[in-house]
Amino acid sequence: MEAILSYVVAVFFAVAIYMMLSTHVVRIVLGVAIFGNAVNLLIFTAGRIVREVPPIIPEGHDVPVGIVANPLPQALILTAIVISFSFFAFLLVLAYRAYQEIGTDETGGMRVAEPEGDGLPPMGY
Amino acid sequence: MAVTLPADLSAAMTGVTALADWVIVAPVAVPILFGALLLMFRHETRSHALIALAGLAITVGSTVALLSRVLGEGPLAMTMGRWLPPFGISFTADALGAAFALVASAIALICALFAARDISATGRRYGFYPFLMLMMAGVNGAFLTGDVFNLYVWFEVFLISSFGLLILGSERDQIDGATKYAILNLVGTTLFLIGTGYLYGTFGTLNMADIARKVDGLRGTGPLMTLAALYFLAFAMKAAAFPVNFWLPASYHTPRIVIAALFGGLLTKIGIYALLRVFVMLFPVERAELSTVIGLVAAATMIIGILGALAQSDTRRIFGFVVISGVGVMLAGVALGGAAGTSGAILYAVHSMLVMTALYLLAGLMREVGGSFSLHELSGLYKASPLLAGIALLLVFSISGLPPGSGLWPKVVLVKAALDGNQWWLALAILATGLLTTITMGRVFALAFWREKAALKPEGETGPLTTLGGVSLIALTLPLLVLGVYPEPFIRMADIAAAGLIDSSTYINTVFPGGTP
Repeated sequence: MEAILSYVVAVFFAVAIYMMLSTHVVRIVLGVAIFGNAVNLLIFTAGRIVREVPPIIPEGHDVPVGIVANPLPQALILTAIVISFSFFAFLLVLAYRAYQEIGTDETGGMRVAEPEGDGLPPMGY
Repeated sequence: MAVTLPADLSAAMTGVTALADWVIVAPVAVPILFGALLLMFRHETRSHALIALAGLAITVGSTVALLSRVLGEGPLAMTMGRWLPPFGISFTADALGAAFALVASAIALICALFAARDISATGRRYGFYPFLMLMMAGVNGAFLTGDVFNLYVWFEVFLISSFGLLILGSERDQIDGATKYAILNLVGTTLFLIGTGYLYGTFGTLNMADIARKVDGLRGTGPLMTLAALYFLAFAMKAAAFPVNFWLPASYHTPRIVIAALFGGLLTKIGIYALLRVFVMLFPVERAELSTVIGLVAAATMIIGILGALAQSDTRRIFGFVVISGVGVMLAGVALGGAAGTSGAILYAVHSMLVMTALYLLAGLMREVGGSFSLHELSGLYKASPLLAGIALLLVFSISGLPPGSGLWPKVVLVKAALDGNQWWLALAILATGLLTTITMGRVFALAFWREKAALKPEGETGPLTTLGGVSLIALTLPLLVLGVYPEPFIRMADIAAAGLIDSSTYINTVFPGGTP
């Protein structure tokens, strides 16, 4: 199971990096979203996949009885999902606003903050 | 992976944290509380500045208390919910984290003061102060957390607040700069998360003290070099080191000047802090393996950063490139390692936080007096404001590493460490950067302050508002002067912080008070 998931993670990373190498902001943003999901899957796989019972402590005990599944990767992924989801939403709005303001979503044309042909500073006075 | 549990967890969950120990969460909790308070008063933007100043003053007070406690009694740890350390999330303050939190909070307080007049009513309505408070919560959280995943979360907290600050005003160039800043920084923190996933897979824990304890047993068995390389890439991206630095000059000159000052002072140093924490404390052997690569990246960052600054004519963009070259100097300290290199990097980080904030505020005041950010137009500022010229000269000396500025001592420490370690090329790079910085900053000073005034702006633009700006700039310059002429206490503190990183046994014992399980 871990081997299969590892290949899935690899494919996700490949797709994400390919998308992020695009010159269009929308594709880059989609690439970032896939990148985030690849990492979530990676944490899930790195936390070991086991077929164990859920970590529920029986009544009258302080610790779980026997071997239980590890809940920590789920907690980590849940946090990471919430964060990457909010960032994805923000990036989408930002990309849309950038398209509205600058008139292009092509990174080569986004030269407002760093204008081309910005002259050298004065060499003397 | 099934976790084997100690027999009796319940004992660890009882007991109450001593009231004095709560000081460790105050630098994070207070900004969050005041940020929430500011959001409640979001229509009363007049009172925002006062509330934020009060909140940041309390934050600075708590970091002072924390630092004095840490220096007096050694590191301090507090674990959330009293779960045993490897399970619960620990806040751990050692000299390094507490000192950085103090400097960062003080800078935020000064910037809030400057912003009281610099941020317009519109900016306040867009939420400048709540964003500032939440960013400070993230920054302090990153400095004080003792858990790698928690560090990632704090990175994201200050990152999302910095997005808000960056696009305050929604101008075209802000949105353009923010797009690059947001995407590249997000990729950087995601790389950090990849490293954290592997770290958890390897160690089964994310508590830094627990990792420091276990790392020796896992050398050679786990993919620790991969981890170290991933972390280096992620934190170098965060710190704007050479091949992955291009988001910084694209975005740092676009926001309001006080926001640029905050970013230039604080955000890149968190990358350096994380590098110090992870490389010097957790992976010292891997750091030694990578030291040539780190050294090359450091030298390239220094030289290319300052060459970029030489080619700019906008003061804000010059300072943006100067931030990058400063990151190179700190990376040189990480590459050198050892007590001297680490201590030099810490000292330079403290200096750089103060001086970069001061330089950006200076750019704002120069614009106020001279009417422009461009070196083509700025002129005759000495006549307009001799005080500003004096402060500017001191800042030029500080950033270039000339006496009596503060940049001298960290560079002395680092160059000596480089020569002792037979890394003459790194020492050469630091010295050459110093020379090029002197030329860059000397040109700014010569053109803006010494050049005869070209009639640009009507006279008599000074007023009570400028006084507030001057006060904040002087408040930043004074510690720089102290660091320049009386560096002993700063050097001693950096040495303590470096020693605490290199020998992490007290750190580990603080997190595991009852002995390691």
